[in-house]
Amino acid sequence: MKALDRKLLRDLWTIKTQVVSIALVIACGIGGFLASMSTHESLLLTRGQYYDAARFPHVFAEARRAPDFLAARIADIPGVSAVQTRVVRDVQLDVPGVVQPMTARVIGIPVAAIVDAALPQAMNRLSLKTGRWPAPGAAGEVLVNNRFAEVRKLALGSEIRVLLNGKRERLTIVGTALSPEFIFVTRGGALPDDEWFAVIWMDAGALAAAYNMEGAFNSVALRLADGSRVRDGETAGDATTAAVVAELDRLLEPYGTRGGYGRAEQISHKVLSQEIEQQRVMGTILPAVFLLVAAFILNVVLHRQVNAQRGEIAAFKALGYDDLAIGFHYLKLASVVVAMGILMGIGLGDWLGRTITGLYTEFFRFPTLNYVLSPWVVAAGSLVALLAGFGGTLAAIRGVVALKPAEALRPPAPAEFRPLLLERLGLGRLATPSQRMILRNIERRPGRAAMTVAGIAGSVAIVISGTFWTDAVNHFIDIQFHVAQPAAVYLGFAEPVPESVRFDLSRLPGVRQVETSRTVGARLRAGHRSYRAGVTGLAEGAQLQRIIDVDTGQAAPAPDAVLLTTRVARRLGVGPGDTVTLELMEGRRAQATLRVAGTVHELAGMNAWMRLADLNRIVGDGPVVSTAALVVDRADQDALLTRLKDVPGVATVIVKSTLLDTFRSTTARNLLFYTGVLTIFAAIIAVGVVYNNARIQLAERAWELASLRVLGMTRGEVSVLLLGELAMEILLAIPAGFVAGYYLSLLIVTLTHGEAFEIPLVILPPTYLYAGATVVIAGVVSALIVRNRIDNLDLVSVLKTRE
Amino acid sequence: MSEATTTAPAAAPPIFVARGLTKIYRMGEVDVHALRGVDLDVAAGEFIVLLGPSGSGKSTLLNILGGLDVPTAGEVRFLDHTLTGATEAELTRYRREHVGFVFQFYNLIPSLTTRENVALVTDISEHPMAPEEALEWVGLGERLDHFPSQLSGGEQQRVAIARAIAKRPQVLLCDEPTGALDYETGKLVLDVIARINAELGTTAIVITHNAAIAGMADRVWRFANGRMAGIERNPRKLSASELSW
Repeated sequence: MKALDRKLLRDLWTIKTQVVSIALVIACGIGGFLASMSTHESLLLTRGQYYDAARFPHVFAEARRAPDFLAARIADIPGVSAVQTRVVRDVQLDVPGVVQPMTARVIGIPVAAIVDAALPQAMNRLSLKTGRWPAPGAAGEVLVNNRFAEVRKLALGSEIRVLLNGKRERLTIVGTALSPEFIFVTRGGALPDDEWFAVIWMDAGALAAAYNMEGAFNSVALRLADGSRVRDGETAGDATTAAVVAELDRLLEPYGTRGGYGRAEQISHKVLSQEIEQQRVMGTILPAVFLLVAAFILNVVLHRQVNAQRGEIAAFKALGYDDLAIGFHYLKLASVVVAMGILMGIGLGDWLGRTITGLYTEFFRFPTLNYVLSPWVVAAGSLVALLAGFGGTLAAIRGVVALKPAEALRPPAPAEFRPLLLERLGLGRLATPSQRMILRNIERRPGRAAMTVAGIAGSVAIVISGTFWTDAVNHFIDIQFHVAQPAAVYLGFAEPVPESVRFDLSRLPGVRQVETSRTVGARLRAGHRSYRAGVTGLAEGAQLQRIIDVDTGQAAPAPDAVLLTTRVARRLGVGPGDTVTLELMEGRRAQATLRVAGTVHELAGMNAWMRLADLNRIVGDGPVVSTAALVVDRADQDALLTRLKDVPGVATVIVKSTLLDTFRSTTARNLLFYTGVLTIFAAIIAVGVVYNNARIQLAERAWELASLRVLGMTRGEVSVLLLGELAMEILLAIPAGFVAGYYLSLLIVTLTHGEAFEIPLVILPPTYLYAGATVVIAGVVSALIVRNRIDNLDLVSVLKTRE
Repeated sequence: MSEATTTAPAAAPPIFVARGLTKIYRMGEVDVHALRGVDLDVAAGEFIVLLGPSGSGKSTLLNILGGLDVPTAGEVRFLDHTLTGATEAELTRYRREHVGFVFQFYNLIPSLTTRENVALVTDISEHPMAPEEALEWVGLGERLDHFPSQLSGGEQQRVAIARAIAKRPQVLLCDEPTGALDYETGKLVLDVIARINAELGTTAIVITHNAAIAGMADRVWRFANGRMAGIERNPRKLSASELSW
């Protein structure tokens, strides 16, 4: 080994704590980047593979009752490669021991063909997770979705009861399955609904018989010939899908269709896509910030490290080493640090990526989750780290090798100081000499102080951007579930019912207040743009279902006009005063052109609001409603829920508190993990900045500090001088970090706005406090490590050596 | 070496008493004997010049007297304090309360002005002079608000002396105070030290390898090879202006 390489190893050993702290910062940067990118890629890949293997359809439509012979005509639509027709029904579900009524979506499958003829399903192929297929001809044997069986702890052989066409049927669970239609299981909302919503697959013949649907279907799914060309399964805007949907709508028109739609509007796909998109945003913004901060610290630290070796560099030059050899030597030093960081980062990223991907299995049910960490992701992260490391090193070396050897051998010119700005303003008497030393040191090298402040502020910002989610989600829940929907129980009817249902409902146990409303599926058109949304009619003065504009408060629909969620208005390209055409999907499928009374900035939903009377007049089927909101005495809630199981026509019962409980227990846990990881990362960054700064300052000022010790200053007093500067920098960095954290969070929420919701930017004081405290603690830990070195300053040597 | 020559005059109480001072440094695998059994007494108010070549042990002795280092063996007392066996905190307090240091390279704090460099010490002392008074003593009453980078070497050393005396120490320890200075400036600095010794009664111990300075002392200690090689008493102390080298 060459002498220079030995020096390299020994130098590394001497500054090992610094090396490790810098490597850790790089590891966090790369780890965060790899984890987010690999999670994003893994979800995309897994979804793509699953969709292909299970033949997930491209186009969907529901109808009231369409004859089977229509299937052949649908298959003839140009571009369609396969058609699947079936009977699907939402029914009330009763599981022994559960008070709250639940909903099940019962789907007919050709059991005999699957089991006897071993024919794979044309599309939406089920993956049997446990148990077996129902035996052909065995009445009452069903499969349920795997997740429901898990959360409800339903073993194979368990019995459940459903209300099939008004008749209570006992069903036996013989197996659990997964379906590409229900990767995210929900009745319709974006919140996980696993506990209250089940998917049941039963023999198609038996289901058809129960509903007198023999020879007919009410749900159709299509695969398109060039479907594989459709990127990421997004088929909303492409011409083929639009043409197929239009033709499908025409064919189904006489059979009560509610309109066809592409994958983009399929609920499970939609939620999954939003999540993948969010992951992509998190996977680019945050890791970029991390990598930048890491790169920045690496740059600063190496710069100062090289500067501190000025004497040695001069000696190399005097001995005849050329600039290239010296530069290469220090690049090797940087490479070792960066390489350590990269290796740790890959390990960290891989672990974190697997963990986050694993957390997604809580929400998204795939038969297998394939985790991938692409080489290009690793290469990209490593390259950024290397460039940052080399950049910092080269910048520092350039300054030093430019010196003549003799010049470099002399100590740098004595530091020049001047009175503080404060003193020039005549306020000098305010500070003690120690405080002035601290302030003047900062003021003399404002660039360096600014870099330190920026690094620490960066870690404050990272903690905030990771922690504010809890505030934002709580605010979201508050607005959506407490202000906008203050009732305890929300009911959905299978078919519209007379408005007088209000009186029947108010007689049920514990019901204190009832409000009814109606939602009708519709296609909204404005010029060449259209959008499928629910038009909701509210009774005048509705208080249990409120329209909340986050900027202006509660809004109310105007007579003979619609009020649109801002996002809907934007999609349609309309504003207040414009008109939209409503093509209603119920009753006699009326059309109406209405004025847009205004737009509402709602946090969630894609709504068109009207007055109930206006909506009913347009639909033309009399004074009917489809939903009801109930205010209930808490004590009587169980009695009410039990009674609701026997109320005919009630398809869904949503108990707000249980919905929120589920949401909190899943989402909150994920947020906690996420926040925890980011806090640890940020703390490592803060320690990296503060500790390295203190070490380098200590090296630069050891002589001065030791002199003061000789003069009789205690270790504590001397520590204050050195650490006081860092304390000042941390003090400056915290407010700067608050501002940076606010804007970083704003950037993230802006980029993660989904199609149907947005995350409000709410950052509460405790979040700021937490971020500040994290960095202060990181600073104190760094200070304690450095303090140990101050205690061991060599006092004797300073008497004999010059700085 | 007779008892009469090693002890101080009976009239003044001894400020330092050391017996059998030994210091052994372990440098890697080699033991370096910096001090090999030194006995000494210093009377309050004495001016002592410590002469000797490099490596003779004079700096080690000064470090031990100043509470910067502890002997391997032997005992040293300052008035009624025993310095041997004192804790780090006790030594810090000793330096803070009783000792003024003057270094070869001044060791001023570059970020503080003249006045503030002195205030740094007066802030932590019990009965200090005003920084301005200390600077007046060394003839720098007019340069209170200059930074070290704006002062000549001699001026910087005088600030260092002002900083050392501002706390009214009993003893002033100077390690090669003129080592980095030119002839004229060096004499100016020595004159300040002599005046402080004469007018404030501060005991002064000055290390030098410039034999010409010996004329200023009450007594001259000659060091060689870790031992006291000889002690001389000057019948008449010379003033700095009378020195030449």
